[in-house]
Amino acid sequence: MNLIEILSYGFIQRALLAGTLIAVLCSVLGVFLVLRRLSLIGDGLAHVTFGSTAIALAFKFYSAASLLVSLPVVLLASLGILKLTEKARLSGDAAIGIVSAFGISTGIMLASVGGGYNVDLLSYLFGNILSISREEVLIAVALFCVVMILLSLFFNDLLAITFNEELARVSGVRTGLINAVLVMLTALSVVLAMKLVGIMLISSLLILPAVSALQLARSFKACIALAALQGCCSVIAGIFVSFLTNLPTSATIVMINLLFFGGACLARRLRTPKNSN
Amino acid sequence: MPAEIVATERLGCWYREGCVLEDISFSVNAGDYVGIVGPNGSGKSTLVQALLGLVTIRSGSARLFGEPSDGFSQWSRIGYLPQSLHLKNPNFPATVAETVGLGLLSLKNFPRRLTRIDRELVDEILVSMGIYDIKTKLIGELSGGQQQRVLLARALVNNPELLILDEPTAALDPETRERFYQMIAEINRARGVTVMLVTHDTGVIGQHASKMLYLDKRLLFFGSFEDFCHSPEMSSLFGEHSQHLMCHRH
Repeated sequence: MNLIEILSYGFIQRALLAGTLIAVLCSVLGVFLVLRRLSLIGDGLAHVTFGSTAIALAFKFYSAASLLVSLPVVLLASLGILKLTEKARLSGDAAIGIVSAFGISTGIMLASVGGGYNVDLLSYLFGNILSISREEVLIAVALFCVVMILLSLFFNDLLAITFNEELARVSGVRTGLINAVLVMLTALSVVLAMKLVGIMLISSLLILPAVSALQLARSFKACIALAALQGCCSVIAGIFVSFLTNLPTSATIVMINLLFFGGACLARRLRTPKNSN
Repeated sequence: MPAEIVATERLGCWYREGCVLEDISFSVNAGDYVGIVGPNGSGKSTLVQALLGLVTIRSGSARLFGEPSDGFSQWSRIGYLPQSLHLKNPNFPATVAETVGLGLLSLKNFPRRLTRIDRELVDEILVSMGIYDIKTKLIGELSGGQQQRVLLARALVNNPELLILDEPTAALDPETRERFYQMIAEINRARGVTVMLVTHDTGVIGQHASKMLYLDKRLLFFGSFEDFCHSPEMSSLFGEHSQHLMCHRH
């Protein structure tokens, strides 16, 4: 089967379009999250997405409708993580752990009450971008536009708080607002990424392109661009490889990202003079 | 009469562990160079953080440019260099130019975009600080002295009227430290920027500062370095010999 034939399938076209958009979102946000040591927020919010998906399925909302149920729940959870950090004097990872545990246990309880695990809920654990519907693609495109516009409007504020929050405040940046923007944009992206790589692997999509870019980037903007490029390439390659080899798409995408990361580490090693640390 | 830039009235701050600052009242005028000194844990950093709204003032009040510090909004008039910049990631990918450019955000309204003119301003400050040649280097790749210069450039790029520095020389070797102090003195003299500098080094700051503020949770002294050297209170605090060494080191 040649490339043209593969591309002629509607489900491949939908997967490529939605997958690359979601990958760009996660990769770009991942740079901010990794540098702020909030990488695992993706995991925490993914677990909440699991809980919210269980709620959606319990009420017989499937596919795009389940995304619409998850969005407000995960947005609220993202703000909950921030509030726990600020008000309960918890560190970020502890707050993420609490919200994560709440999300996953809600999911398990609802699945149990609803007659045990079913195929629908398990499919969200591991993702299946090849089964993405037209409506889900439309939601992905719309959210991609929203997130990218907000990212562009708040880019310098986000860079400022990522560099140093105290300095950002003294530059007049409303750090509370910008932190909320960052976690809410992450929440939107996590809900979308659930279809691409599944709840179990979402954090890899946030972390791997970012850490690879950090190995090579020579400026912040270059770092963002490199991360987005890796995210896109890994999704496109992952979809084709999984289609041809009949391997799970989500795991293939993550493995390709890991290969990119290994390559980036090697490239950095080769670029760095031997006598420097 | 020079304008009042900073004023506190019976300012007090405390954390869970207890009182950090108590009953602090002083005022700083335009063009002053104030050295803030005191022993470890005396509340020096807390004082500047309270002025900047980074720490909650529990009693009394502070004003910056006549505006209460808790609702202060004229950030473009202030340049700040914190105690030590803990980059959470030593591989932070911002270049020197990108880092310095962040200092211009206080001049911007939403959305805070930097223009070509802003980039020229960044170039100008880098040239004037003698660090233009490292413009494209990553901040994490620089030595401690170079990083401090870059952060000072960041604090100065918005042309502030008040420069607040919190132990800016703590990580520097003696030679770089001396150059840094000279640079701050020059900024104070040539640009008329009001400076408040927190340091441990009472003797060195006395060379440059027009006023000394000695803290130990309470304000123990506020006045000129000369008065500081002849103050019987400081003499009894340090002992005459130590005071003499501090005041006649140079």
